[in-house]
Amino acid sequence: MEFKITDSAQKTIRYVVLIGFVLLVVGILLNYKDAHFMTRLLTNGLINGFFFFALGLGALFFLALNYATESGWYASVKRVIEAVAGFLPYGMGLLGAVLLIITILDGAHIYIWMDNEVVKHDEIIQGKSAYLNVWFFWIRTIIYFITYFLFLRGFKKRSIEEDERGGTDLHFKNYRRGAHFLIFFAVFSSTSAWDWLMSIDVHWFSTLYGWYTFAGMWCSSMVVLVITTMYLKKLGYLPKVNESHIHDLGKWTFATSFLWSYLWFSQFMLIWYANIGEEVTYYAMRIENFKFLYFAMFIINFAFPMLILMSRDAKRNFGILTFVGLIILTGHWLDVFIMVSAGSLGANATIGLIEIGMALMVLGAFVFVILRNLTKAPLTPVNHPFLDESVHHDI
Amino acid sequence: MAEKVIYVMYDDEEVLKDGAKVLVSKGIKIAEVFSPFPIHGIDPIIGIKNTRLGIMAFLYGLTGLMLATVGMRYFMVTDWPMNIGGKPNFSYLENMLAFVPVTFEFTVLCAAHGMAITYLLANKTLPGMPAQNPDPRTTDDRFVMEIRLSDNQRLSENEIDALLKDTGFVEIDKKEIN
Repeated sequence: MEFKITDSAQKTIRYVVLIGFVLLVVGILLNYKDAHFMTRLLTNGLINGFFFFALGLGALFFLALNYATESGWYASVKRVIEAVAGFLPYGMGLLGAVLLIITILDGAHIYIWMDNEVVKHDEIIQGKSAYLNVWFFWIRTIIYFITYFLFLRGFKKRSIEEDERGGTDLHFKNYRRGAHFLIFFAVFSSTSAWDWLMSIDVHWFSTLYGWYTFAGMWCSSMVVLVITTMYLKKLGYLPKVNESHIHDLGKWTFATSFLWSYLWFSQFMLIWYANIGEEVTYYAMRIENFKFLYFAMFIINFAFPMLILMSRDAKRNFGILTFVGLIILTGHWLDVFIMVSAGSLGANATIGLIEIGMALMVLGAFVFVILRNLTKAPLTPVNHPFLDESVHHDI
Repeated sequence: MAEKVIYVMYDDEEVLKDGAKVLVSKGIKIAEVFSPFPIHGIDPIIGIKNTRLGIMAFLYGLTGLMLATVGMRYFMVTDWPMNIGGKPNFSYLENMLAFVPVTFEFTVLCAAHGMAITYLLANKTLPGMPAQNPDPRTTDDRFVMEIRLSDNQRLSENEIDALLKDTGFVEIDKKEIN
């Protein structure tokens, strides 16, 4: 069955984008005289660019993971995963544009290592400049983008091709490509997190940072996948998706929330315990300036899914799943917000009209792109070798 | 009181499942199915309720969490305050982070062991206990359905036999058990 965007959905998206736009413009008009205005605007661009890019990337990773592990159950929700992953090129565009402006503005006080004046007087940055310099940064960024894009295009193309001619050769090709993607992603997910996010706090480093970012990305993507699937199901699409698929997606949300909490805590506890001056600065300044927000974010992302999604019935209940999903999605946005703006703006970072407005605008665009991607391909693949297994999925 | 039980043996789990569906739709209650492996989707057919093992796991985990907290509070703060890395050793709360890994591990330990022991007890399969299955072949490649006459008072034995005949079994055995 072909998916059509409903009028009410279109209207809602238009309103969300409009409200976001108005809030953003009002925010800009109120704040454009501030000394930190440009940094704040670009910080927001980076937050939303990265967060929504990561939602698409997490879906692409999940798709590759399912190909590489030859999972069967996901076959009937495969097109939903592909549609969310299909946001990736747009996310890359947004993130790339923001990174480009930041580079042109010599780091815009976000990436201070891009500013030659700063680097001249900073021995720590000089020691890292073999890796953290504008040229190498952009070479890496472009390599990430091209790699992700090529894999995405390949998966999508073969998925449509499989519908037409079937057979197992495409499946085995997907299997191999999925495994290849995981190899690239294992390295790139860490290094890209260092490049785009950790280098904001350039004097500080943590080897867990990449996994921590990746876990947050994966968890938010699972939320988007489960909410999109439930939305389509509610509209009467996806006849082959039953409660067990929703339950499994809910389980993934639950599990990845734990993965994220585990990594957050591992990073936090080791640094807290060792108590070394150059390491604790990262947390000291976040707790000093954002004590409530920082720990509220952790509690939201950890306790909510743990307590509410623990039972089997909750993972099969559309209302509960949507409610918890939206809350932890906000929680992970806050996580990225604190990661980025506590580094770039420090104590000056606030959540005001600019932050909310821009997030709403990008959110609206994100939802629209996903819904439009869904219209482009039949919602249920026909020749996936594991489709039959997926239809009879029962847990 | 002795009770008469019919053991119906199949050599394919799908045949058993289809047979069970027919029997249940005719109003026969199937007491138990013995199988070398879990048969997917048999539970709702013969009317087995969802397991409550998950709830027990949660309770065992909670027990572990509390034991660990109480224990560590006593060992590390009350009884013999330890100075580890200069962290405050007079308060549990301020030092909470250091105790989280142990708490987590102990929670998992209690949940896992509690669950395993509960499972063995509930199935009466603790080491050394007599086997529950009626035929040793159900641990190899046969599937046995157990029908108790006392569960099916509405139907006579002959009626049940007649219904069983069409389900494609390979062997049938009737026993008196206590």
